[in-house]
Amino acid sequence: MGNWLVNHWLLVLILVVWLGLNVFLFIYTFLTYEMSDKYYYTREILGTALAFARASALCLNCNSMLILIPVCRNLLSFLRGTCSFCSHTLRKPLDHNLTFHKLVAYMICIFTAIHIIAHLFNFEHYSRSQQAMDGSLASVLSTLSHPEKAGNSWLNPIQSPNTTVMYVAFTSIAGLTGVLITTVLILMVTSAMEFIRRNYFELFWYTHHLFIIYIICLGLHGLGGIVRAQTEESMSENHPHNCSESYQKWGTHESKCKHPHFEGHPPASWKWILAPIALYIFERILRFYRSKQKVVITKVVMHPSKVLELQMRKRGFSMEVGQYIFVNCPSISLLEWHPFTLTSAPEEDFFSIHVRAAGDWTENFIRAFEQQHSPMPRIEVDGPFGTVSEDVFQYEVAVLVGAGIGVTPFASILKSIWYKFQRADHKLKTQKIYFYWICRETGAFAWFNHLLNSLEQEMEELGKVGFLNYRLFLTGWDSNIAGHAAFNFDKATDILTGLKQKTFFGRPMWDNEFSAVATAHPKSVVGVFLCGPQTLAKSLRKCCHRYSSLDPRKVQFYFNKENF
Amino acid sequence: MGQIEWAMWANEQALASGLILITGGIVATAGRFVQWYFGAYSIAAGVFICLLEYPRGKRRKGSTMERCGQKYMTAVVKLFGPLTRNYYIRAVLHLLLSVPAGFLLATILGTVCLVIASAIYLLAAIRGEQWTPIEQKPKERPQVGGTIKQPPTNPPPRPPAEVRKKPSEGEEAGAAAGGPQINPIPVTDEVV
Repeated sequence: MGNWLVNHWLLVLILVVWLGLNVFLFIYTFLTYEMSDKYYYTREILGTALAFARASALCLNCNSMLILIPVCRNLLSFLRGTCSFCSHTLRKPLDHNLTFHKLVAYMICIFTAIHIIAHLFNFEHYSRSQQAMDGSLASVLSTLSHPEKAGNSWLNPIQSPNTTVMYVAFTSIAGLTGVLITTVLILMVTSAMEFIRRNYFELFWYTHHLFIIYIICLGLHGLGGIVRAQTEESMSENHPHNCSESYQKWGTHESKCKHPHFEGHPPASWKWILAPIALYIFERILRFYRSKQKVVITKVVMHPSKVLELQMRKRGFSMEVGQYIFVNCPSISLLEWHPFTLTSAPEEDFFSIHVRAAGDWTENFIRAFEQQHSPMPRIEVDGPFGTVSEDVFQYEVAVLVGAGIGVTPFASILKSIWYKFQRADHKLKTQKIYFYWICRETGAFAWFNHLLNSLEQEMEELGKVGFLNYRLFLTGWDSNIAGHAAFNFDKATDILTGLKQKTFFGRPMWDNEFSAVATAHPKSVVGVFLCGPQTLAKSLRKCCHRYSSLDPRKVQFYFNKENF
Repeated sequence: MGQIEWAMWANEQALASGLILITGGIVATAGRFVQWYFGAYSIAAGVFICLLEYPRGKRRKGSTMERCGQKYMTAVVKLFGPLTRNYYIRAVLHLLLSVPAGFLLATILGTVCLVIASAIYLLAAIRGEQWTPIEQKPKERPQVGGTIKQPPTNPPPRPPAEVRKKPSEGEEAGAAAGGPQINPIPVTDEVV
C-alpha cells in the first residue's frame, strides 16, 4: 500500500483537490442562497430548493469546464514532452486522463439530477404561490409585477394562474435548453457504457459528438434570468428584516416600505467554459494539421494469420517505448481513427505497427495492402500518445509478463532493451530479463515469435545467452498438441515455435517462478511489469508482496501495471 | 458501422429511461405536485420497463457480457415468446408507455428518453434484429477416467482352443496367436 501511494501520490492529490473543490463550491453557493438577504423574498416562495438548484448549477459549470481538458490528447502529450525533466511520477496522471474524464462525467450526471429535482420543486412552488388565494407573503410576491410590468421587476416567472409549469418550461430559454441538454447528456452516457463502447465503438464515437449541442445549450441556459434577487436599491427601500412582516401594507401611506424590485442574473456559464472550448478547438485543429503531414510507408510485411506489419516514416516523429498511434485511412473510412501500439524501438529509424484483423476496418485495411498491383493507400497518423514505460530500464532485474494481445508493447520494449545493451547505454541498468509470454495460441503472434528468434540468435552471436530468459505458455492446448510435444521431447528446438526454449502448456505457476527469481537474485531490486488482464495483475501483486524480503537490502519485487 | 446492433443501444437507453421515469415519478408523488397521479403511474411504468429491459439479449457475433443476476429475469422474459422477442412490439410498447408520463413536467424527461429508445428499437426491428436470451451453459466437468467404471469382467479374446494347441504346424493362425512365447534371446527381469 505504501509503495502504491509513493508511486501515485499526485493522482490521489488531484482527486482530493477536485472533490474538495466540488464540495467547497457546493457548500459556499448553498449558504449564499440560503442565508443572504437579497434572496429572502425568493426563498419565501421557493424554500431550500433554490439553494440546492443554484449550488448544483455552479458545480455543473465547474465540471463542464474540467471535462473537456482531459480529452485534449495532443496538448497532454505536449505537456508530457515539455516536462520530460520531471520525474515519471509527476507525469503519470497524464496517462489516466480518460479515467478523470469519466469521473467528471459521473459527477456531472449526479449534479444534473440534483439540479433538475430542485428546479422541479421550484417550478411547482412558483405555480402554487401564483394560484394561492390566501393572501400570504408568497402570493403577494407572486402578483408583484402586475401593475409594474414595465419596470420588469417581477419575481415569479409564472405570471397568471392559468399558466402551467409545462408551458413555462417549454417557452422559457432555460426550460427548453434544459430539456435539450439533459436529453443529449443521457444519449451520450448510454452510448458510452462500457459494453457499447467496446463492441460498437463507432456508435459511441459519433454519438459522443453531441457534446457540441451540450456546450451550446449550456452557454444559453442562463439567458432568461429566471432566478431573481432583490436589487440593491430596493433593499434600501424595503429591507426584508424590517418590512417582511408588514407585507399587506407595502406601498400604502401607513408604511415606509415600498414594493420590492427584483432583477435576474446575467448568464455565467459561458465564463467557465470559454477557455476549455478554445483549447479543444485548438486541439482538433492541431490533430487535423498533424494528420495532414506526409507518412511514407517504407515496408509492408504480411505475417501468418493475417497480421500486417507496416513500417513507416514521418518527419518530426519521435517515440518512446510502449506508446501508441492513431491511424486513419481515408480510402476506407474518412472519419475513423483507430489506435495501434507501436512495435518498433525508438532506436530504429522507422516506426512500425502490427495490425491484426479484428473487425470491419482492420480487415479492409489489410485487404487494401494485400493488393500488390494497385498503389498503396495513403494513411494518416496522429501521435504518439500514451504512457512511457521508461521504468523498465531502471531495474537490475526485470520480470516482463505479456498476456495475449498485451505482448505487443513488449516487442517495442525488448527491441529497445536489446539496442541499448548492444550500445552499452549507461541508462540501461538491466542485467537480466525474464519474459513470460502467455497466450491461447501463437497463430496471430507468429511475428513475435520471429522477433524472439532473431533476439535469440543475436544473443548467441554476442555470447550473452543468459541476458534474456523467456518462457512461452500456451493456455489453449489440447491432447493433440501435448502428444506432439511429448513425442518431440528430445529435439533441441521447440516444434511449435522453433525457439530454443521449450513451450510450456497451461498457466505459469507464479509461486515457483518468483521463488526461482528470488533465489537467483537474492540482493536485487526486481521490477515486475504486466500488460494483461486484471486477474493476472492481482496474482502477480500478491506474489510480489509474498516474495519481497522483509530486509530492504535483500530481494525486493516492485509491481508495475501499465495500461500500454 | 455495418455491424452495429442497434438493439443493444436501445436496451441501454430504455433502461436509463426507466430509471428516470421512476425518479421523476417519486419526485412528483412525494412533493404532491399538481396531477401527481401521473407520477404514480410513472413509477409503475418505470419499474416495469426496468424489469423488462434488464436482461440483455445475446449479441449476434461474439460473447455477451451478462448483467449481474440477470438470469432470473431472462427466464421470465423468455416466457412471453414472440411478444418480447420481436422488437417492433417493444418499440410500440415503449411508445405507448411513454405517453401518460408526458403530461407531467417531472416525468417528461423520461418520456423523451423512452421515445428515443422506442425509435432505436424500431430501427433495430427494421434491420431484422431479435432478442435472444443468453442461455446458461451446463457446466461439463470432464471426468478423468469417468468411463472407467469397473475392471473388465471378461478375459481378453483368445483364439479357438485347437489353434492354440498346434504351434509347430507353422500355419499363420497358429503363428499369430502362439502358445507360450519362446524368446530367441534369454530375457532377464531387471525390475527391482
